[in-house]
Parts: sequence; structure tokens; C-alpha cells
Amino acid sequence: MLAYVIRRVFQSLFVLLMVGLVAFSMFRFVGDPVDNLLGQERTQADIERVREQLGLNDPFPIQYVKFLGNVTRGNFGVSYRQGRPVADIIAERAPATLELAGVSALLAVVFGVGLGVFTAIRRDGIVANFIMTTSLIGVSLPTFLIGILLIYIFAVELGWLPSFGRGETVQLGWWSTGFLTESGLKAIILPAITLGLYQMTLIMRLVRAEMLEVLRTDYIKFARARGLSERAINFGHALKNTMVPVITVTGLQIGSIIAFAIITETVFQWPGVGLLFINAIQFVDIPVMAAYLMLISVMFVLINLIVDLLYFAIDPRLSADASSRGH
Amino acid sequence: MTNPLLSVKDLVIEFPTRFGPLTAVDTINFDLAPGEILGVVGESGAGKSLTGSAIMGLLDPPGRIASGEIWLKGERIDNLPNEAQRAIRGRRISMVFQDPLTSLNPLYTIAEQLIETIRTHLKVSESEARKRAIGLLDDVGIPAAERRIDDYPHQFSGGMRQRVVIALALAAEPELVIADEPTTALDVSVQAQIIDVLKEQCSERGASVILITHDMGVIAETANRVAVMYSGRIAEIGPVKDIIQNAMHPYTVGLMGSIPTLAQEEDRLVQIPGSMPRLNDIPQGCAFNPRCDRAFEKCRIDRPDLIDQGTRQVACWLYDETVLAKGKIA
Ligand SMILES: Nc1ncnc2c1ncn2[C@@H]1O[C@H](COP(=O)(O)OP(=O)(O)OP(=O)(O)O)[C@@H](O)[C@H]1O
Ligand code: SF4
Ligand SMILES: [Mg+2]
Repeated sequence: MLAYVIRRVFQSLFVLLMVGLVAFSMFRFVGDPVDNLLGQERTQADIERVREQLGLNDPFPIQYVKFLGNVTRGNFGVSYRQGRPVADIIAERAPATLELAGVSALLAVVFGVGLGVFTAIRRDGIVANFIMTTSLIGVSLPTFLIGILLIYIFAVELGWLPSFGRGETVQLGWWSTGFLTESGLKAIILPAITLGLYQMTLIMRLVRAEMLEVLRTDYIKFARARGLSERAINFGHALKNTMVPVITVTGLQIGSIIAFAIITETVFQWPGVGLLFINAIQFVDIPVMAAYLMLISVMFVLINLIVDLLYFAIDPRLSADASSRGH
Repeated sequence: MTNPLLSVKDLVIEFPTRFGPLTAVDTINFDLAPGEILGVVGESGAGKSLTGSAIMGLLDPPGRIASGEIWLKGERIDNLPNEAQRAIRGRRISMVFQDPLTSLNPLYTIAEQLIETIRTHLKVSESEARKRAIGLLDDVGIPAAERRIDDYPHQFSGGMRQRVVIALALAAEPELVIADEPTTALDVSVQAQIIDVLKEQCSERGASVILITHDMGVIAETANRVAVMYSGRIAEIGPVKDIIQNAMHPYTVGLMGSIPTLAQEEDRLVQIPGSMPRLNDIPQGCAFNPRCDRAFEKCRIDRPDLIDQGTRQVACWLYDETVLAKGKIA
């Protein structure tokens, strides 16, 4: 078990190093950072001075190691456009994205698993069939369209919810939260639904398929033959087995919620890192883009690691396999 | 049999299809005395498992009991509401399935599964249930039960797992255990032990057993009575001794010929030529007539019902009085 965890941690580190290399190459090879920093009126001496300052005259590997050193200390460089440290800009924007992604993920998992179980147990029910049919729409409509539809219905026509922005926020230390004001709570509803709908549908359909599979297994038949109650069978025996394969996909989906936040943030003008990234692309603000890329990959890698470790918590067969493989 | 534990009366099991219902089990009748072991044999598809599932109240839809009745100790159980049927399962009738590797939930320890079963049916505390569970594992021959009870299913061998399954089936002291091919999936070397454990533990508890198997040899050694099934019907039913010494139904005669003896090589087994008809293709008259070397005219027209023949019943025109009286058979 321990050996497996250590190996997974090393794998994760390796992935991050590779992503770091890509991010670093963006710095180095997409446009000339000196051009970006100095503007039009520059002398050859200015250029040389800046090159020396930035360490651009060092050999490539040394530059990369320095870059990694900076990144691990949270130093992502200075935004070309805003002239401020990228780390500060991202720290400002991160709470908005994390709150949005968190609410979306919660919606996706709670409703995805809940409806998946419901539609599996009531396989032939009218309500279950209706949910399954509607869910096809959730899978097939693109995110931005869902966002625009929701804005049209609930913001434009009904006027119940705001169509853009985060509402009022409250500052808790460096974290700005929208959860503590009414306008903040109202503002997060539409973007959270837009962002989480696809993942919710996906999780629901997966849970349903897995659950139907599990309900056909011999150990469920045997559980019935032992006279266990329907509740114990569905939620004690079937659901736990359903979750084993569902966890991976769910983990990946949560990762992609954060990544897809770009679209939702653009549609709703949500002041998060996704919107920051879109704006950075427009201005070729390489340090911001690179930092965003690194952050997203750290998220993905972390989620993957957690998913793998969750397996161990749920499935006793894995601990045995992995420890026997580990020796 | 004055007070049977179980009575199956005119049981018919159907699968509805687009082309009308398929009758998989056709008008089956038998009684089971308390403590009795009834063997059920027959080729694959004869309807053995369906009959067992119907008694448990666990037919998989779309299969359904189309008609007939199932009585347990003078109480009709096939038409009870779901919750009442559930209360019988595991408590009064329980089941052992074929494959112990897949019968146990891989994510729960043996202790959790045993204690859950015990506490579903009996009002006992967690620690009392655990004590019982260890006792049960001891009874079915799990060594070091107290230590092994907290292991997961995958930590046991196939034979050991089937012992655990038997312990689970016996957890609430049922009156009837239905064992559906309990050794088919096991290594030959442990098959006899598992049958012994099943037989011994059930007889200690006074539980009756319906033992479904393909293996006439197992029945010869284990059962009191045997029901031979063919194409959804009972061909012959009676005391094992009588039927083994003197099989009357031509199909039973064929089956007896297929019991391997030490002197015979595997490949020299006498097989009945041909195969059982599919459900949608059951011939008119006796379902066995295309394969029967003693079939005569009437066999291709009318279906024989069970006829009393001393201690047993046989469904074959050869033993019909009017046929015998007419001396139609050469
Ligand atoms: N869902 C179903 N739809 C249609 N026919 C079915 C279905 N399930 C079972 N049957 C049919 O019912 C018949 C009896 O099946 P059953 O499982 O009782 O046979 P069995 O005697 O237990 O055979 P085996 O020795 O292979 O276990 C078979 O012909 C089978 O094809
Ligand atoms: S009824 Fe006829 S066909 Fe059927 S078993 Fe008897 S002799 Fe053979
Ligand atoms: Mg069967």
C-alpha cells in the first residue's frame, strides 16, 4: 500500500515536471519576453540588461531549473499586461473560480448519483424514463448554449437572477466569498448549473449503467435470497459496488469542471481565473497563461491522486493486489 | 406424507414473449417432508433453477408464476405481499448458489455479511450476532473462525467461500435450504466435502434440502428422494434407492447410464443421444419422444402425466394402465 502511494506520488511529480517544461517553453519560445517587457523605445543596452536580469543568457536547463524554483516558491513572474506579479492576480481571482467549481461539482455529484440510483432502481418507471430522456439534452447541448438559455429564461424573461458577475462579495482574509451575501448567492446559481449540468448528466448515466450492472450480479441475488431489505440491498450493497468504477470518472469530471469554467466564466462574465485566462490570451500575456496552465494541471494531478487513494478506501481487493505487486 | 414442509402444486412458470408465453416449467407437483433431502436432476434448461427461484419468490422478471401454488407448513406463500415474502427468505427458506466466487459481496467482510443477515431476521445484539457468526463458521468448517471472520471474501479459497455461503444460508436457522448446483463451480477435490458439510449441518438443524445438481452420483449418496426433470416437467420422482435400483422412465434409465463408475473412462459415459428441445419447440405428446427408444404412437400424440407406481410416480405411457391393458407395447 505504502509503496503504491509513494509510486503514485512520484508519477504525479513527473507529470507536473513535464507540464512545467511546456509552460516554461511557452515563456521562452512564444514571442520574445524582452520585446513584451520593453515596448518599442528600447536600446540594445536595455535589452542586454533585461536579458541578464531574466537569466535569458543562461543555458536552457539552468533556466528551466530556475523557473521551477521560482514556481515552487509561488513566483510565476510578472503579468505583461498588468505589470503585477501573476501570483497576486491569480490569488485574487481563484476564490471566484473555486467557489463556482465547488458548487457545480457538488450539484453534479449529489444530483448525478442521486438521480442515477433513482433511475436504476425505478428502471421502468415513467419518471425515471422522463429523466433519462431529458438527460440526453444535458449531454448534447453545448455549455455556452445552456448558459445563454438560462440567462434568457431566468434573467431576461423572469428577471429572478442576475445574468452576469458575482454579486457582492465579502473579504475573509485574502479569500473573497460570494456565499455570505444574498446577491452573491443569487449570482452563483445560473453559472453553477451551467457549469455542472453536463457533468451531472454524465455521472447520472454512468451511475445508472453501473448500478443496473451491479443489480444483476450474483451477490445481489444472494443478498435478496438472504432476505435483506430492499434498502440495504440498494444502498448498502449495490451502491457501494457501483461507486468503485464511478469514482474515477467523477474525479476526472470534477477536474474538467475547473477547466471548463473558462466557457461559463466568459458567458457569465464571472471574475475567475478562467476569464483571466481568456483575457490573457487576447493580450498574449504569457506569464498568466503559463501560470494558469500549471495550476490546472496541478488540480488534475491532485484529483487523480485522490481518486486512486479513494479506491483503496473502498475496495479491499486492491490493497491486497497492490501490496503483493509492491513487494 | 401427512404434514409436508413444502408443497408445490401445479406450478407453471412462463416467460411472456412477442409470440405468446413460453412455458419453462409446466405443472410441477411435489411435496417435501421436514428434514428430507430432495435431489433434483435433469439436463441444462430442464427448469431446475427456475423451480428453486419460484419457491424463494425470486423469479427474475419477465419470468413469472403463471399458475399453481406453493405452500410452506400449511401456509400459502407464493401470493404473499413482497415484504412478507422477504421475511421468509433467509429466515425460513434460504438458498446456496452455484458460484461462491460471485455470491459474496467483495466489499464487505465475512463478519459484516453474516451479522447483517443474522440481525435482519433475529432480534439479537451486534455482539451476540458476532458470536453466532463465529459459531456458524466453526460449524461449516472454517479453521480459526474467530480470526478469519474479519477477512474479505477474496482472502478465502473457492471451497472455503462456499462454506461461508452455507453459513450465511443457515444464519437464521431456516427450515428449508435450496442448494442450486452448490459444487459445480468448485474444484473436484473439495466437492464432496462441501456436500458433506451441507448435508451434516442441515440435518443437525432439521432443515430440509432441495439439492439441484447434474450429478446423479451426488444424489445417490446424499438425497432421500429424487425428482428427475425433463423439459420443464417431472419425469420421475421417488425414493433414491428405488429409482437407482430400478429406473422406470426411459429418460431416467438414460441418466443412470451416465453415472460414472470407477471402472469406466470419462469418455465412455453412456450419453442419451440428441438434446432437450428448446422451449419454443417442444414436441407434441411426450417431450422426450424424439430421443426415446421405446416411444410408440401414443407418445407422439398425448402428454403423459405422473402415474403412481408404488413408492414413486412416473410420467410415461409405458406404465399407463389402459395402455398396458391394451397390450400395445411390443
Ligand atoms: N429470461 C428468460 N427468458 C426466456 N427463457 C428463459 C429465461 N430464463 C430462463 N429461461 C429458460 O427457462 C428454462 C429453464 O431454465 P433453468 O435455469 O431453470 O434451467 P436449469 O434446469 O436450472 O438448467 P441448468 O442446469 O443449466 O442450470 C431454460 O430453457 C431457459 O432457456
Ligand atoms: S411416454 Fe413414450 S416417449 Fe415418453 S418416455 Fe415414455 S415411452 Fe418414451
Ligand atoms: Mg440452473
